[in-house]
Amino acid sequence: MAEKDVIIGLEVHVQLNRLRSKLFCGCSTDYHASDPNTHTCPVCLGLPGTLPVVNRRAVEYAIRVALALNCDIQGETLFYRKNYYYPDLPKAFQITQYDFPLGLGGSILIKGEDGEEKKIRITRVHMEEDPGRLVHAGTIDRAKYSMVDYNRCGMSLLEVVTEPDLRSPKEARSFLDKLRNILEYLDVFDGDLEGAMRIDSNISLTGGERAEVKNISSHKGVEKALAYEITRQRSARRRGVAQVQETRHYDELRGITVSIRTKEEAHDYRYFPEPDLVPMRIADWVPKVEAELPELPDAKRERFVAQYAIADDHARSLTSEIRVANFYEVVAKRAPPRLAAVWIADVLKGELNYRDVTIDRFSSHQMVEILDMIEKGKITEKAAVEVIRTILDHSGDPSVVDPVAVVEAKGLARAEDDAVKAAVRAAVEESAQAVADYRAGNEKAINFIVGVVMKKTRGRADPGEANRLVKEALDGI
Amino acid sequence: MITGEDVDHISWLASIKVSEEERSAFVASFNSVLDYFHQLDELETEDVEPTYRVVDLTNVFREDVVKESISQEESLRNAPRTENGYFKSPRIV
Repeated sequence: MAEKDVIIGLEVHVQLNRLRSKLFCGCSTDYHASDPNTHTCPVCLGLPGTLPVVNRRAVEYAIRVALALNCDIQGETLFYRKNYYYPDLPKAFQITQYDFPLGLGGSILIKGEDGEEKKIRITRVHMEEDPGRLVHAGTIDRAKYSMVDYNRCGMSLLEVVTEPDLRSPKEARSFLDKLRNILEYLDVFDGDLEGAMRIDSNISLTGGERAEVKNISSHKGVEKALAYEITRQRSARRRGVAQVQETRHYDELRGITVSIRTKEEAHDYRYFPEPDLVPMRIADWVPKVEAELPELPDAKRERFVAQYAIADDHARSLTSEIRVANFYEVVAKRAPPRLAAVWIADVLKGELNYRDVTIDRFSSHQMVEILDMIEKGKITEKAAVEVIRTILDHSGDPSVVDPVAVVEAKGLARAEDDAVKAAVRAAVEESAQAVADYRAGNEKAINFIVGVVMKKTRGRADPGEANRLVKEALDGI
Repeated sequence: MITGEDVDHISWLASIKVSEEERSAFVASFNSVLDYFHQLDELETEDVEPTYRVVDLTNVFREDVVKESISQEESLRNAPRTENGYFKSPRIV
């Protein structure tokens, strides 16, 4: 539902987690399966006397992202200190950007509520270090103390800030899906890793103050948190309670937002240029990074439509994830591209989503074999779906890998013509009432008989063909 | 002019408690520091570019190479309170 009075802007924190080392020190970024505080050093722990040194590749990745988001890259860019006192920052300040951020004034295209392309403006893209992670026993508003893990502290982070161009929770989600997709195309980001993308959102109703909702860690969470917030602000307005500008924390477990009482002074960050780092002149880097940008989702989608003559919706679906796009291109080289598009976009993706698994569970070779059997009429579409499901449900079982073997083992091969004809004869004989109805002019009675044929052949007959044969049998008698 | 309220604000930002006597002492010393810097106001700076730093260095980088981290034990060594490998801190919301 597009709601004209809803105004949403997002601040998205994206970890450049395909880097090997942190932003200012050599600690490994591969901490996700590790014990707390095992990926730290004097620099990221903020011990006195240590100095940060910028990871060159982090800057390259940041330029890559800013360019892909259509930003202007600032020729000279600086780090600042943002001062605040909170246990997730051992130095009591965060090294971030302020004036002269790396990228300014970009945009992303999403599919808006009305189905049309919609441009969401991006205010800025800047680099910063990730703070540590706080762990609480129980919920944040009830815990007695915080436990801090600095493994994450100092990870390269990009903050992507949008203009307030989003009009519904669904649009917010589309934006995040598209952003994630672009980041994965750029090979700077793995969205499957915990904490890879964290979202703060500003949301208000026209004429009201805005609430900042923090701590949302999933795309689904954004949709839920924003929907909750809209309902909350609307009902407050109905009761005559004015929304005040405030920060709210999203509690994912309870699915609600909770006001965090922050004093106004909390935003007194006293930014100043980081004296331990020198400015970065990156104007010269831009042409090279730009030349090396990979094909991005919108361009790939257009190419798929032109090259493979497939529907735009299919192309959009196939390119909405780099792994699916690559999978499709491999299959389309060895199978009819339009048939492949339908089966991958409409069927396989649905079955993967239903099971919440990625396309890595299925091989292009398997898809090619299934399409081959469909094309040659060896299996019906219904049976093909069954094969896909069977393979997915037995992932890891080496005896359920080959589609042809699955068809044999489960007896899914399309019934031979003789068998279908026999089934038709038997079905007509058994269905005296339906036959009489049909003869009396009720055309629909034929469906009942076709249903009996399908039952007798256990779904292995082609329904259209069965229909034709039944009609022939009835009209011929 | 720095007032007692400014000192309260600064001490809140720094999470450092100050006593009544320290408060008036800080009012006096902050004001004397500020007075000293007010000498700069005598200069005409209309057409002068802001100076962000005094060394003319740019582009100091390191390569994206992993170095060994310190151990968890070493990491926590200075912490007054720990729990299960975590630093323990007061809850601040």
